[in-house]
Amino acid sequence: MIRLIGIASYGAYVPSYRIKVEEIAKQWNEDPASIKSGLLVEEKSVPDLDEDTVTISVEAARAAILRAKIDPKAIGAIYVGSESHPYAVKPTATIVAAAIGAPHSTTAADFEFACKAGTAAIQACMGFVSLNKAKYGLAIGADVSQSSPGDALEYSAGAGGAAFIIGQNQVVAEIEEYASFTSDTPDFWRRDLQKYPSHSGRFTGEPAYFRHTISASEALMEKTGLRATDFDFVIFHQPNGKFPLKAAKTLGFTSAQIKPGLMVLHFGNTYSGASLIGLASVLDKASESQRILMTSFGSGAGSDAFALRVTDLIESVREKAPKVEDFLSSKKYLDYAAYAKHQGKIRM
Amino acid sequence: MVSTAKFWREQASRYNLEGTHCLTCGSYFFPPRIVCPKCRRDGNIERYQFKGTGDVVTYTTVYQAPQNPNRQTPYTLATIKLDEGPRLLSEVICEPEEIGTGMRVRSVFRKIGEEGARGMIYYGTKFVLA
Ligand SMILES: [Zn+2]
Repeated sequence: MIRLIGIASYGAYVPSYRIKVEEIAKQWNEDPASIKSGLLVEEKSVPDLDEDTVTISVEAARAAILRAKIDPKAIGAIYVGSESHPYAVKPTATIVAAAIGAPHSTTAADFEFACKAGTAAIQACMGFVSLNKAKYGLAIGADVSQSSPGDALEYSAGAGGAAFIIGQNQVVAEIEEYASFTSDTPDFWRRDLQKYPSHSGRFTGEPAYFRHTISASEALMEKTGLRATDFDFVIFHQPNGKFPLKAAKTLGFTSAQIKPGLMVLHFGNTYSGASLIGLASVLDKASESQRILMTSFGSGAGSDAFALRVTDLIESVREKAPKVEDFLSSKKYLDYAAYAKHQGKIRM
Repeated sequence: MVSTAKFWREQASRYNLEGTHCLTCGSYFFPPRIVCPKCRRDGNIERYQFKGTGDVVTYTTVYQAPQNPNRQTPYTLATIKLDEGPRLLSEVICEPEEIGTGMRVRSVFRKIGEEGARGMIYYGTKFVLA
C-alpha cells in the first residue's frame, strides 16, 4: 500500500481589526502612496486586546479539527512556531493541547525560527507521523508581530496564524517532497528581553530573503524534477507584496500562480503565519491533482520549500470550517490611537 | 482574579465549556455538577462538552470597572442560554450598540486576564455574535 504523508486538515485565523497604511503614515507625516507602492500592502491585521499567539493558535487548530472531523485524541505531537510566544518559559503548545482536547500522551514543544518556525514544525510532524508514532501531528505557525513605533516595519507587521494537521493516506494534499536552505545571516534579530526586533536594512533583501527563498525552491525543483510550469500555485513568505512577486519572477512563475496565495496585501506580514495562511487560502481554492509549491523564509536565516499535490478529499472538507476569504470580509478599522493601545505601545 | 490553583482546576470548563449531562433525565449542567438535583441517587452523570452556541438572554455594558481599573472599557457582559439549556455569564466581544436580546452567539478562545506583567496569563471562553 502506498503511504502518502500530507495535510489531513488545515485551519486559519486572522483577528478582525485592521489599520490602513494611510492611518499609520498620517501619524509619522509620511507619504502613504509611496509606502503602499513600495511595500504593496494596503492594510494590516491587528489583534484584539485579549488576543495573542496562544488564542490565534487555538482558533486555527480548532478550525483544522472541525474541517476534517479530526479526533483530537489521535494527535500525538503539537509544535507551535512563533516569534511572539506570550511566555518566555511555558510553552504555547501546552495551552493549545488543553484547549483542543489532545491527550496527555501528546508530545509538545514551541518552535522558533523567525517567520519559518511553522514550516519547521510541519517537517517535524512529517517525521513523527511517518514513523507511525501517532496518527496525527499538529503544526502551527502564528504571530502577533511587534514593531517599534515609527519603524518601517510598523506598516506591515500584522497578526494571524494557520494550523496544519499532518497525517497519512487520508490527506487533502500530499506533501511530495521538501527541501531546506539554512545559513548564518545577520538580517533580523531580537535579543532576549527586548520588546522590539532589530534589523540591518542592507541584509534583508538579496542575501537573506531572496537567496534563501530561491535556493530552497531550486533545490526542491531539482529533487523532484518539477519545473515552474508544473505547479498551479506558488506561495512564498510575504514580508510585503514586492518580495514574493520578485522571487516568483526570478524562478519563472507567473502572477496567476502567485496571486491566489498573496494575502499580505490584506493582512500585512503575519510572520510565522504568512506563508501558511497563503497555503490555507490556496487550499481553499485548489482542486484535485493540482500542484502547489510553498517556500517559507525565516530571518537568521533559512527557507523550507514544499511540493504539494491536492487530492480528491479536498472537496468534501473545504466548506466545513472558515476559509481565509471569510477573514477578508469581517473586519473593523482602527485609528492610530486605538491601534497603539491594541499593540500595547501605550502602556496602561 | 482567581488563584492560579483554582483556575487550573476549572481549566476544562473554562477552555472547552466542559460540563455534565444526566443520562437519566437528560439535563445538562454548566458549571459541571456531579449529582443531578432531579434524579439524585438515580442520576447517571457523564462529562459533556457544550457546543458553544446559544442566545443572549440579558446583557449589560460596563463603562467603569471599579474592581479592575486597568480593564479596557466599555465591555459587555451577557447571560447566555446555551442551546443545551444551561445559562452562564460571559463577556461578549462586540461594540455596545451591536448586541441585543435573543441574538445568537458562539464561543471563542480569548485571554480572560493576567496577573500583571510577571504573573500567569489566564485563557478561556468568551462569546462573539454569530
Ligand atoms: Zn437527572
